[in-house]
Amino acid sequence: MKRILGLILVLVMAMSVVAGCGGSGNDTETTGSSTASDKFYIGGIGPITGAAAIYGQGVKNGAQIAVDEINAAGGINGYQIEYKFEDDEHDAEKAVNAYNTLKDWGMQILMGTVTSTPCMAVSAKTAEDNMFQVTPSGSSPDVIVGDNTFQICFSDPNQGIASADYIAENALATKVAVIYDSSDVYSSGIYEKFASQAESKGIEIVAAEAFTADNKSDFSVQIQKAKDAGAELVFLPIYYTEATLILKQANSIGYKPLFFGCDGLDGILGVENFDTSLAEGVMLLTPFAADATDKLTQDFVATYKENYGEVPNQFAADAYDAIYTIKAAIEKSGATPDMSVSELGDALKGAMPEIAVVGLTGKGAEMTWAATGEVSKKPMAVTIKNGVYTAN
Amino acid sequence: MSFISYLVNGISLGSVYAIIALGYTMVYGIAKMLNFAHGDVIMIGGYVTFMIMSTMGLSPWLGIVAAVVVCTLLGVVIEKIAYKPLRGASPLAVLITAIGVSYFLQNIALLIFGANTKSFTSVVSIPDLVLADGQLTISGETIVTIIASVIIMIAMTLFIKKTKTGRAMNAVSEDKGAAQLMGINVNKTISITFAIGSGLAAIAGILLVSSYPALTPYTGAMPGIKAFVAAVFGGIGSVPGAMIGGILLGVIENLSKAYISSQLADAIVFAVLIIVLLVKPTGILGKEIREKV
Amino acid sequence: MKKKIGMNKSTYNNMITLGIVVAAYIIIQILISTGSVSSLMEGLLVPLCVYVILAISLNLTVGILGELSLGHAGFMCVGAFASAFFSRLTEDLITATYLRFLIALIIGAVCAAIFGIIIAVPVLRLKGDYLAITTLAFGEIIKNVVNVMYVGKDSTGIHFSMKNAMDLNLKEGGDVIIKGAQGITGTPTDSNFTIGIILVLVTMIVVMNIIKSSTGRAITSIRDNRIAAESIGINITKYKVITFAISAAFAGVAGVLYSHNLSTLTATPKNFGYNMSILILVFVVLGGMGNIRGSMIAAIVLTLIPEYLRFMQDYRMLHKRKGAE
Repeated sequence: MKRILGLILVLVMAMSVVAGCGGSGNDTETTGSSTASDKFYIGGIGPITGAAAIYGQGVKNGAQIAVDEINAAGGINGYQIEYKFEDDEHDAEKAVNAYNTLKDWGMQILMGTVTSTPCMAVSAKTAEDNMFQVTPSGSSPDVIVGDNTFQICFSDPNQGIASADYIAENALATKVAVIYDSSDVYSSGIYEKFASQAESKGIEIVAAEAFTADNKSDFSVQIQKAKDAGAELVFLPIYYTEATLILKQANSIGYKPLFFGCDGLDGILGVENFDTSLAEGVMLLTPFAADATDKLTQDFVATYKENYGEVPNQFAADAYDAIYTIKAAIEKSGATPDMSVSELGDALKGAMPEIAVVGLTGKGAEMTWAATGEVSKKPMAVTIKNGVYTAN
Repeated sequence: MSFISYLVNGISLGSVYAIIALGYTMVYGIAKMLNFAHGDVIMIGGYVTFMIMSTMGLSPWLGIVAAVVVCTLLGVVIEKIAYKPLRGASPLAVLITAIGVSYFLQNIALLIFGANTKSFTSVVSIPDLVLADGQLTISGETIVTIIASVIIMIAMTLFIKKTKTGRAMNAVSEDKGAAQLMGINVNKTISITFAIGSGLAAIAGILLVSSYPALTPYTGAMPGIKAFVAAVFGGIGSVPGAMIGGILLGVIENLSKAYISSQLADAIVFAVLIIVLLVKPTGILGKEIREKV
Repeated sequence: MKKKIGMNKSTYNNMITLGIVVAAYIIIQILISTGSVSSLMEGLLVPLCVYVILAISLNLTVGILGELSLGHAGFMCVGAFASAFFSRLTEDLITATYLRFLIALIIGAVCAAIFGIIIAVPVLRLKGDYLAITTLAFGEIIKNVVNVMYVGKDSTGIHFSMKNAMDLNLKEGGDVIIKGAQGITGTPTDSNFTIGIILVLVTMIVVMNIIKSSTGRAITSIRDNRIAAESIGINITKYKVITFAISAAFAGVAGVLYSHNLSTLTATPKNFGYNMSILILVFVVLGGMGNIRGSMIAAIVLTLIPEYLRFMQDYRMLHKRKGAE
C-alpha cells in the first residue's frame, strides 16, 4: 500500500514537472518578443459548479458568444481571440489555482472573476503580474484596488446609494424593510450603503432582517417582521433565487408591499416555471433586461437561447460587454498579441479611461471608466408589469 | 399573533425535517451508518416531480407517485452498489462512501438539470387558512406538511410494531447476528429499509419544495444536514425521536430567527443540540447503551 | 538482543517521511530556480502545506485517539481569523515580516487550541456518531459566528459589534478589519513555501514524538480499549483534552498559513464549513489511520488530482467519489 502511494506521489511530481515544462514553453511563446503570436489569449474564471454555478455559467457562455462573434468578424485588429474558462467553485483558493492554470495556458488578459470574494484574491495576483483584468460582475469596491482591474457592473456601494436615492426621489415609501443575505459580500455591501444613504434621505428602515447561505429557504420570519413593522416597501439587495421564495412566501401570508431590488433580481422572470404574477409590480434597478427591444439585446438573447437553451441573465450580458470592452481597449491602444503580459497591462489600462462602449448593459448609453476601475453607466429602474420588465 | 405565526411556520419546517430525519434514523438503526446521501435523494425526488408536473404537464399525483418510485429504486440501487460491498468495513469508510454518493448525486443533477433554479409549482391545492381577520395566514402547504408528517409517523410506528417485516427490521437493528440465526434475511431487510427511507425522502422532498419552491442541485444538502441533527437530537434510531427532534429543531430555528438573531439561527440550533447532548448523551429518546466490561 | 544501528523501526520510518519532505522541498526549489515549475504548481505549494498540516493534525484525533471529528475546519477558521486580524492590526506597527508572522502564528495556534479544549469537554461524555455530530455542530457555530462579527479600530481603540459595520461607530479614519461575511481583506501575504515546509516539518516532528512518547502510548491505549486503559490508571480526561488541544493548535497553524497566503479571507461553507472538515477526514482515511506519511501523501494527491483534471471540468467532482471508494 505504502509503495503504491509512494509511486503515485512520484507520478504526480513527474506530472507537475512535465506540466511545468509545458507551461514555461507557452510563456516564452507569448511573452517573448522573438516568437510573435497571432492570437490574444483571454482567460475567464468563475464558478461553473457548486451553489453559485448559475452566475459562472452565464458569464462563461455570454463571453463565448462575444468571442465567437469577434472571431467570425475578423478578430481584434486582425488578431483572433483564444478563449478559455476555468472553474473556481466560488472559492478564493480555487480561483487562484484557476488563475495559475490559465497563466500556464498562456493567458494575457483576464475576464473575471465572476464573484467578489474570489475576485479579491485573484486581483491581488493580477496586480502582482500587472495583468489587465476586467471583471464582469465582481462588484465589491475591494475588487478594483489594483489599477489594472476594471469593473463592468456597478459597484455595490453605488447600487445601495442609487437605490436609496431612487426611492426617496420618487417618494415610493417612507418605511422600508430590508431583507439581505448577511453571508454574501454583494448583498451586505449594498445593504450597508443603502442604510446610511436612506437615513440621510429621511427614509426610515423599520426592519433589517438577514439570512445566511445555510439558511435561505424559509423566509417566513423575516417577512412577518417586515409586515409587523408596517413596511410599505421591502428592499431586496439579493439574488433572484431567494427573491422568488420571498415573493411566494409573502404572498402566502397576504403581505403585498412594494418590492424593490437591485441587479441581482434581474433574471427573476427567467426562472423556469416561476409564477410571474407573484413578481407583478416588483421594481428593480438593473442595467440589463433580456426583454429589451433593441437589436443588440435581441440578437444576443436569440443566440444565447439557440446555443444554451436558456434565457441569458445579467451575468451573461456583463460578460458579453466585458469581451467587447477588452476589444475596444485593445483597439484604442493598438496593442498586439506579441506584447508581454505586463506591457499589455500597461497599454490597456492606459486606454480604459479613454474608451466608451455601447453594450448590452448600458441601456443604449455609453459606458465609460475611471482610471480607478469603476464603471460609469446609468442604472435603469424597471417595473415588472404583465410579466415583462417595463422601463419607467 | 406574530408569535403564533412563527410557531406554526416553525412546526411546518420542523415537520419536513422530521420526515427526512425519519429516513436517516431508520437507515441508521439498521445499517448503523450515516447515509449522508439522504438529503440528495430528496433533491432527486423534487426534480422527478418537477419533470412530470411542469415539463410534461401531467397530474401532481402522478408526479408524487413517480418521485416515490424513482427514489425508492434509487435508494435500493445505492445500497446495492455503494454500501453493500462495504458491509463489515470500518464505519469511517462507509461514511466517506456515503459522502461520495452525495457529491455524485449532486453533480449528476447538475449535469442533467443544469445550475439554473427551477421554480416548483406546489402540489398542494388546499386554500390558505386565514384567521383573525387576516392577521394570521396559514398556508395550505403548511397544513398538508404537518398532517402528512403525523400520518407518516403513525404509519411507520405501526409498521414497525405490527408487521412481520417491521419486526424483522427491529430485530436486525437490535442484533444482526442473532436475527440472522432466527432466519431473518438480513440483506433483504436492509434493502427494504433503504427503500422505505428513500421513499419517505421523496415525499419530504416534494413537501419541502412545495413550501420553499426553489429547486437546485443543492436543495437537499442543508435540509439533509439539519435533519441529521434532528435525528441525533431526538435520539438516533428512534421513530418518535425523529419526529420530536425534527419539530423541535424547526421551532427553535424559527423562534431564534424571530427573537434573537436571524443570522445566528443556525448557530443557536447547533448550540442547543450540543447542550441537549451534554445533558442526555444519546438524544431525547435515545436508548442508553450500556457498556460491556 | 539485536541492534539496528541504534534505531528502531518506527524511528527509521519517521526519518524517511521527514526525508521525503526535505527532498521534495529541495527538488522543488531547484526546479523553481531553473524556472521549470508551472504557475499552477507554484501557486499550489502553500495550499499543499496547509492540507498536509491539516491532515496530519486530524490524524492525531481520528487515527491515534480514535474519535471521529467533523469540525476540524472550525479550528482552522479560528486560527485563520485570529492571526489575520492580528496581522492587519499590527501591519503598520510591526514591520519585520517574519516577527509579525511568528507572533500571528502563535496567536492562531493558541486561539485554536483554546477552542480545542472547549470542544474536548463534551467529547468526554459522548462517543461515536454523537461525538461526530457535536464536532460538526461546533464547526458550524464557529463559521456562523465569525460571519456576523464586525471588528474595527480607530484612534480610540478597538470596537466590536455583532450587528453591522455602522454599529461600530468608528471615528473618522477608522478601519473596519473584520467585516462580517465580507471577512478580512488586505491581509499581508506573509506566508511562503519555505515557511510552509518548516511548519509541515514542525507538525510532523511534534506529532511523531507524541505518538512515540508515553503520552502517545496512553492515547493509543484509550483508542484500543478505553475500559482497560482506565482500569490501569490512565487519566482519560487528561489525554483526550491534550489530544484535542494539540490537534486543534496545528489546525490553527494551518489556518494561519492559509490566511496569510491569500489577500482575502472569508468564512464560507466551502473553506471552513463541514465540507472542508469532511475533505480533511477523507485525506486521513485514505492515507491510513494513524499513518503520518499516508496522510501527507493522500492530502497532496487528492489536492493535485482535481487541479490536473481541470480539462474535464464538469466531470471533476465525480472523480472525487471514485477516490473515496
